[in-house]
Amino acid sequence: MNFDFTDDQQAIKRTAKDLLADRFKPERVRELAEAKAYDDDAWKEMCELGWAGIFIDEAHGGQELGTVELIILLEELGYALAPVPFFSNTAAGLAIQVAGSDEQRERWLPSLASGELRGTVGVVKGGEARLVPDAAEADLIVLAGDDGAVVAERSAAEVEAFDALDATRRFGRVRADGGEQLPGDVQPALDRICVALAAENVGVAQRAMEMAVDYARERKQFDRPIGFYQAVSHRCAQMLLEVEGSRSAAYYAAWCADAEPDSLAQAASMAKAYASDAGWRVCTSSLQVHGGIGFTWEHDLHFFLKRAKTNALMFGSAAEHRERVAGLSGLASDLSVA
Amino acid sequence: MDLTLSPSELSFRDELRAWLAENHPGEEPSGEDEAFDHRREWQRRLFDAGYAGFSWPKEYGGRGATLVEQALFGEEMARARAPQPANVLGMVMGGPVVIHHGTDEQKERWLLPILTGEEIWCQGFSEPESGSDLASLKTRAVKSNGEWVVTGQKVWTTFAHKAKWCMLVARTDPDVPKHQGLTYFIMDMEQDEVQVRPLYQITGQPEFNELFIEEARIPDENVVGGVGNGWGVAITTLMNERAGLGAASAAGLRIALEDLKELARERGVADDPVIRQRIAQLSIEVELLRLNSWRGLTHIMKRGVPGPEGSLPKWQWGEINQTLTELAVDILGEDGAAWDSPWTYRLLRSRANSIEGGTTEILKNIVAERVLGLPKLR
Repeated sequence: MNFDFTDDQQAIKRTAKDLLADRFKPERVRELAEAKAYDDDAWKEMCELGWAGIFIDEAHGGQELGTVELIILLEELGYALAPVPFFSNTAAGLAIQVAGSDEQRERWLPSLASGELRGTVGVVKGGEARLVPDAAEADLIVLAGDDGAVVAERSAAEVEAFDALDATRRFGRVRADGGEQLPGDVQPALDRICVALAAENVGVAQRAMEMAVDYARERKQFDRPIGFYQAVSHRCAQMLLEVEGSRSAAYYAAWCADAEPDSLAQAASMAKAYASDAGWRVCTSSLQVHGGIGFTWEHDLHFFLKRAKTNALMFGSAAEHRERVAGLSGLASDLSVA
Repeated sequence: MDLTLSPSELSFRDELRAWLAENHPGEEPSGEDEAFDHRREWQRRLFDAGYAGFSWPKEYGGRGATLVEQALFGEEMARARAPQPANVLGMVMGGPVVIHHGTDEQKERWLLPILTGEEIWCQGFSEPESGSDLASLKTRAVKSNGEWVVTGQKVWTTFAHKAKWCMLVARTDPDVPKHQGLTYFIMDMEQDEVQVRPLYQITGQPEFNELFIEEARIPDENVVGGVGNGWGVAITTLMNERAGLGAASAAGLRIALEDLKELARERGVADDPVIRQRIAQLSIEVELLRLNSWRGLTHIMKRGVPGPEGSLPKWQWGEINQTLTELAVDILGEDGAAWDSPWTYRLLRSRANSIEGGTTEILKNIVAERVLGLPKLR
């Protein structure tokens, strides 16, 4: 029983944290968000370090580590709010690794691991995937729908880029008729993608909580730091409860993906539902602690808040995941989705 | 990260599970005295099997269980719906204090009868005017002719009418700062100077008592941890009360959740999307309580002290149990208004969960000050 990272995993976490803190200082994140751009050099560096292929098997040019190592990176990427296409590319890699044929893995995974090509995943409802990260920039798009998943080259898809709430990421709507079927079950990949988003929201919420706590220690009103007042300090305690709950849920679900796949479906939906709600609540609560300054564009908090919400809206809402949890936990129903 | 149990932990769990299947004492009888006797017999059966004082060191009659074994023990007891043993306060709080702070004579005198259940213990900490601010307590102990004379009032004293011994914190020096003037005593309850009155709760049950103490006598050898050190000794007790309970309380809530799902099916609302959302949310929160508890145990095993997640289970547990019982009574609808509905009893009883053993507000203060480093209130 060790519900904590191993020494090797701790080393990955430290390396990621240090590198991202250096490359993505707040002013740099803001500059990229306002320019609607990614940091291509940092992305290249991450690919060279093997991050893009961390979960991909060695035969296909990856590091062959697990979902736990993957979400360590995602939590830190969320904490840094790094504008890079890591998540979308990871999602495509997961889908092809889990549901692709040998030939498809051979064809796509090495380029996704090296960064030579970029991929993404969209969830199709009513003929269209409406919130696809990096759709317009990806070379290949995996579309998951009721009949499994297909992979299509972007040139074969109809992509409409749009400005999303989260300015640190690019999004598009995608329609595609053709594409090549992935023969395997894509659901375990979607579950891992949900765990990845939950882990990102852990990092986002952790950062928003730290901002609130720092501010509550410094900001004085009525001659005392506002963190002295229980109306403020209890808000911060609530943030910790929700951050740690999200963390436990995301870590556990990642471990299930690697070691106890039968438990993954429920653990992933639990993590996604809880971290979606908690990410938004912690960020909005942090905004409230900041008072007026937290509502200004010049303060960085809103970038985190918008990422948290957008993550919550991708790959199934909290309510959809709760419905799935209800079905999986023994409340059979005709209504169950997913 | 590895959340699997080791072969020895698994065999421990399976052995305990098998033992429980054989030895479960059955449903608690109605009637307060009958129920207590039932729990006292259960205590004895646990002792005979070596399961009483499970976390205590072997030299004191315990089993020296690891933290993981303690958590598994709590989970299995909850899973089997086993009753609390009669001397739970003695085993969880009194015994560990004597082990940590007591003299050899005190250990010799008190520890074994705690485990066997022969001598029941109760806790005299809270007073009518000292709840969350425990250190402000006013019960006085004055030394006279080699013994202590105690006068004051205590409240929320579970099993006071069944207890032989009371863990009593009293003020021995009114002239020093409040935390420094306290002393921890073991008081004999079998004296006329200690009067016990039942305290009826909103459930109608007298689960707790008030103690009226009028010049009760305590021999000097019943001071634990030295005169003036009562606060530090009492804190050990409270920490013992909270440590390791997370896994067991999560297991208890899992059982309650199964009851709730069964109720939803019986009442034909298992398909109702709103009910399903609420049950799913509870399922998630119960699971997070379990996971936070195990993460907390890992933290203690690795670093010797609880991590940030360790302050959360008591708070989470109270909120979840309150939400769960509210949902059950919502599902019952009009039938939830019946006084004899078990869910209605649970609904009412759950209101104490955010007060007993540290209010949620105090727990939030602890998190804010000690975990997040926000300014201290005092």
